[in-house]
Amino acid sequence: MRTENQKAWFFVLPVLALVAFNALVPMMTVVNYSVQETFGNNQFFWEGLGWFEQILRSDRFQAALGRQFLFTFLILLIEVPLGIIVALSMPRKGFWVPVCLVLMALPMLIPWNVVGSMWNIFTLPKIGLMGYFLNDVLGINYDMTQQPLSAWITVIVMDVWHWTSLVVLLCYAGLVSIPDAYYQAAKIDGASPWSVFRYIQLPKMKTVLTIAVLLRFMDSFNIYTEPFVLTGGGPGNSTTLLSIDLVKIALGQFDLGPAAAMSLIYFAITLLVSWVFYTLMTKDDAE
Amino acid sequence: MIELQDATKRVGNVIHIKPTNLKLQTGHFNVLLGATGSGKTSLIKMMAGLDPMASGTVLIDGQDVTRLNTQKRQISLVHQFFVNYPHMTVFDNIASPLRVAGMAQSEIEGRVEEAADLLQLRPMLHRRPHELSGGQQQRTALARAIAKESRAVFLDEPLANLDYKLREELREQLPDLFAGRGAVVVYATSEPEEALLLGGYTALMEDGRVTQFGPTADIYRNPENIAAARVFSDPPINVAHITVSGAQAQLAGGGGWAVSDMDDGDYMVAVRPHRVTPFRTSDADVELTGRVIVTELSGSDSSAHFRHGSDDWVSLAAGVHPYQVGEDHSFYMNPAHCRYFSQDGKRVA
Repeated sequence: MRTENQKAWFFVLPVLALVAFNALVPMMTVVNYSVQETFGNNQFFWEGLGWFEQILRSDRFQAALGRQFLFTFLILLIEVPLGIIVALSMPRKGFWVPVCLVLMALPMLIPWNVVGSMWNIFTLPKIGLMGYFLNDVLGINYDMTQQPLSAWITVIVMDVWHWTSLVVLLCYAGLVSIPDAYYQAAKIDGASPWSVFRYIQLPKMKTVLTIAVLLRFMDSFNIYTEPFVLTGGGPGNSTTLLSIDLVKIALGQFDLGPAAAMSLIYFAITLLVSWVFYTLMTKDDAE
Repeated sequence: MIELQDATKRVGNVIHIKPTNLKLQTGHFNVLLGATGSGKTSLIKMMAGLDPMASGTVLIDGQDVTRLNTQKRQISLVHQFFVNYPHMTVFDNIASPLRVAGMAQSEIEGRVEEAADLLQLRPMLHRRPHELSGGQQQRTALARAIAKESRAVFLDEPLANLDYKLREELREQLPDLFAGRGAVVVYATSEPEEALLLGGYTALMEDGRVTQFGPTADIYRNPENIAAARVFSDPPINVAHITVSGAQAQLAGGGGWAVSDMDDGDYMVAVRPHRVTPFRTSDADVELTGRVIVTELSGSDSSAHFRHGSDDWVSLAAGVHPYQVGEDHSFYMNPAHCRYFSQDGKRVA
């Protein structure tokens, strides 16, 4: 016998309402702004897809997008392998386990703007410990307030310092869940350490690694606070990442239309790349 | 042949294996039988070289391997858990130890296919472990052990995580799978029934020690101590108290018979339940009369628990017998089936 009624939908309603208020409604206002022009006084003029076209064609947006991709690519390239290596070298049992875990978690517990200020002070030439050491002790010409390369290196080192721990902790959780029996089997087969990594540890870490890469991608692609506090997007525009540029347009210039259009493009890119990552990394399981 | 000489193992201050001497031969199953925590896995890991020994020597085929790395000992191990490389196909899983050994591709294929045929894995060769059932995963692990040329194969409760039917099926196959391969097969289990079904030799393990080692049937017939006597019996073996005086054994609850070669004193006597029957089996039978406490019918057997003197007895006999709970019944036992133990559990006669 089949009973049909729509009662089940009522159970979903609270969630729908919640999602509507914290995601759909704000997003719809952004959509509303993105197709209109306003000069204040609550007066709006229809603009169609003009803002989208303008943003996508603008050199400024393309440059910021390029910087954003470069930044995300570099930090993923460093943090994921580094996180795996650190996780592999951490002890599996004994006294040092909690010590390592706490040390690893520390950077993530620091508020983002504090991280930015810390690294700002730390790397300032003359004043900062690192700035002084590099310039006056090692004689390396380093100044993140003046040289784009120095600024980039500082932003990336800061992010690696702040977020590699996340990859480490996730990978470590994956590693400790591998039963000893697997290592014993590998030992009996005479498998090399590389084979153990390639055929046991890596496959067993795959799920957590997918999560780590996705989280790191989304977070780094949307990063704002730390580079903003550290360099303010400078010198020039050299470290102006997408979100910093977006805030400049929306709040600095108060161009709500273009800022809204840019937000939507930004969101679409994040979503698209996340989806591609996820599909690629879980492709094997679906086969 | 694997030979252990005064082998011991300790972790910190805890002794896991007490000094053990053991000679395990090829050509039949060597079963390590003992409860969880009795040291079966410790002993296997020691022989496999996965855990260091505190003292003593391990010889494989006469070669001292005490200080040899695991991979150089040429052994295989199948675990209770289904351990396979997760992202390799069944074929690659079976082939992995052969590849490490640097075998030619054509020979690898031949060996893998032979092992796969033996374990009915041929249709699954190109699947991954997570696409297989538990039984197929464990068969893959067994195939890997068979394909590899090993001097010793350790099976550490390999059937424990399978369901009943698969366990029966695979247990029947196991002796054939390893027959004629020239490897010493060591099989750890906590189930006495498995030891009896697999035949061969059995080492009884208790508290980190081998308490008795020999052909499984011998251990069944001639247990060296009361603990060994209790192992293979379901329902449990009968243990009663007797007093011997002047070559005459006397049960506390009445009934006596002649014994030889025993000094006067108090002893324990052990008789398996199926040797205690409600009917006479021979002229030598001793009659025991006791009050029936519990009766059970299982299939075509009937068992009765009865109290005789201060001892509880169980009788197990073929056929359906009309016992009345609370009534006195007569049971018969041939003293030829009795095994005698001293008060501290050691075999006397």
